[in-house]
Amino acid sequence: MGELWTIIDHEGGEVRKVSGEMLTAARRFAGEMNLDPAAVFAGTGFEHARERIGKFGGGKVYVAESEEFDRYLLQPQIDTIASLVRERKPSVVLFASVADGKDVASGVASKVGTGVVADVVDLEAQGERLVCTKAVFGGATVTKCQVEGSPQIICVKPNSFAAEQAPGEVVEERVDVTLSDDAKRARIVERVQQEAGGRPAVEEAAVIVSGGRGLQGPENFRIVEDLADALGAAVGASRAAVDAGWYPHQNQVGQTGKTVSPQLYIAVGISGAIQHRAGMQTSKTIVAINKDGEAPIFQLADFGLVGDLFKVVPALADEIRKRKGR
Amino acid sequence: MNIVVCVKRVPDTAAEKKLDPSDHTLDRESGESILNPVDEYGVEEALRLREAHGGEVTVLTMGPAGAEKNAVRKALALGADRGVLVKDDGLAGSDALATAYVLALALAQMEFGLVILGSESTDARTSLVPQALAQLLGLPGITYVSKVEVDGSKVTVHREQEGGHWVIESELPAVISVVKGINEPRYATLKGIMSAKQKPLEVLSGEDAGLDPAEVGLSGSKTRILAAEARPPKQKGKLVKDEGHGHVELADFLQQNKFI
Ligand SMILES: Cc1cc2nc3c(=O)[nH]c(=O)nc-3n(C[C@H](O)[C@H](O)[C@H](O)COP(=O)(O)OP(=O)(O)OC[C@H]3O[C@@H](n4cnc5c(N)ncnc54)[C@H](O)[C@@H]3O)c2cc1C
Repeated sequence: MGELWTIIDHEGGEVRKVSGEMLTAARRFAGEMNLDPAAVFAGTGFEHARERIGKFGGGKVYVAESEEFDRYLLQPQIDTIASLVRERKPSVVLFASVADGKDVASGVASKVGTGVVADVVDLEAQGERLVCTKAVFGGATVTKCQVEGSPQIICVKPNSFAAEQAPGEVVEERVDVTLSDDAKRARIVERVQQEAGGRPAVEEAAVIVSGGRGLQGPENFRIVEDLADALGAAVGASRAAVDAGWYPHQNQVGQTGKTVSPQLYIAVGISGAIQHRAGMQTSKTIVAINKDGEAPIFQLADFGLVGDLFKVVPALADEIRKRKGR
Repeated sequence: MNIVVCVKRVPDTAAEKKLDPSDHTLDRESGESILNPVDEYGVEEALRLREAHGGEVTVLTMGPAGAEKNAVRKALALGADRGVLVKDDGLAGSDALATAYVLALALAQMEFGLVILGSESTDARTSLVPQALAQLLGLPGITYVSKVEVDGSKVTVHREQEGGHWVIESELPAVISVVKGINEPRYATLKGIMSAKQKPLEVLSGEDAGLDPAEVGLSGSKTRILAAEARPPKQKGKLVKDEGHGHVELADFLQQNKFI
């Protein structure tokens, strides 16, 4: 029987949320397509990852473990997964549609000569193919597409599927990691981490609170951070705020920043220019807080609050903490 | 060191975009088109590296007739030395990996130390082309770069990571993709725009580039669009004017929707 693979998205064995979502989807579609689900773990820290993978179905896991993955940029992953694909010929390979996942997917696909569909938010099995749903043009158009080559390489956006636990035993299959010198040409010499305050990553957060020029200065981002922390959310920013140097570029949402589709997106002091909307309009629920009742962001909002953010946002954060009982 | 910047022509975001109903490809004639905004940072970075280290900056693009419009010309006006266009009507509808294949063939005929791309295009936004291109050329591929320093046969870059960045050191030649914000792109001057018209623009046919027609275009791409439709307009939401209790109503809404 053919296999449907999930490439585990993790950092040193710390399995990211999207992996649970993908493993859940993989179980379902493998069933519908008569394929065996299997996971692929490439990196370090498998002992740590094993438990998470087991919570989401377990089953066969190809484990390629080597310190080299942490020493060089992505090429070891690309080469290892590409040769595993050539050897085992899976029918479908799912990657997380995040920066590294898309990079590795694209590298593997070009090495084995197949296609990739990225930024997928929904899937449907039709015979041997998985029909992918994705938004294009900043969410203005929805397309259905499929990979014609083999394997079908598909990158699934975080928050597209609900993760459902189904404990199962992990059956480990060790994969030999032998790297060519060419895989070692781009070395990671330093990892610089900014203080993130323990918040989730913008790319995969289920809730995002974003701030814009309405905040009037970098120091006021703490108002947005405080609301984010009350909700367990990530912090985003409009380009106006980023260009003014108030918040890092990694947090920018929009056409020249990240495209996100969280369960909940709260825009604070953001007007809703088309380039900002291009990065967030596929969010499931949108809340806007703006003092200008005519601001275009309200056209997208499921709940719009016309008011002064400096009053409303701290009061909202307190109210949420109160209701959460802390 | 010679640098090649790969650029793309994209529809202006502010303009309405349409997919051709017959084959679901972008109808590129229906609206205004511009140089992909993220590519401007790539062009700027190449010009700065040229200013520091010498060499030539070539802009490369591919596509059916018209693909050079407002993209290669703009880059030349900004200061790039020459343009190369792989032009073939068979290229229409090429997906990300087919695009990388064509760019790789053209690059195989060129001499360069560094290839720079924008980390994404504002129309397709898949970010798949840079790494695919690196693999096809057999070169190191470093994406999401926010700082570049070239030193002899080595390049040191910052690669954006969630919550920070990594410092990566790589051999040259290499393929990198840059993010918005890596620099402050210059504006084209009138003199630049005038001199761009005199700069060489080499046009390669598909055959000149040595491409296999079965690998490109709508039919050669290994992904297929089955259907496309406009996202249904959002239902009108609730709009509340804050009169002192707005935050309570919003908290109710969040609670009803299980966010609290
Ligand atoms: C090529 C290109 C790419 C771009 N890419 C992006 C992108 O990726 N992301 C992005 O965000 N933008 C992008 N932009 C910029 C975009 O066009 C807008 O300029 C930007 O989004 C505006 O940011 P803003 O909403 O924070 O600021 P503004 O438009 O200035 O809006 C500020 C809002 O705050 C409100 N406000 C002010 N004070 C208060 C208060 N006390 N209480 C409540 N509300 C208040 C105001 O009513 C206003 O609506 C791009 C532009 C171009 C040309």
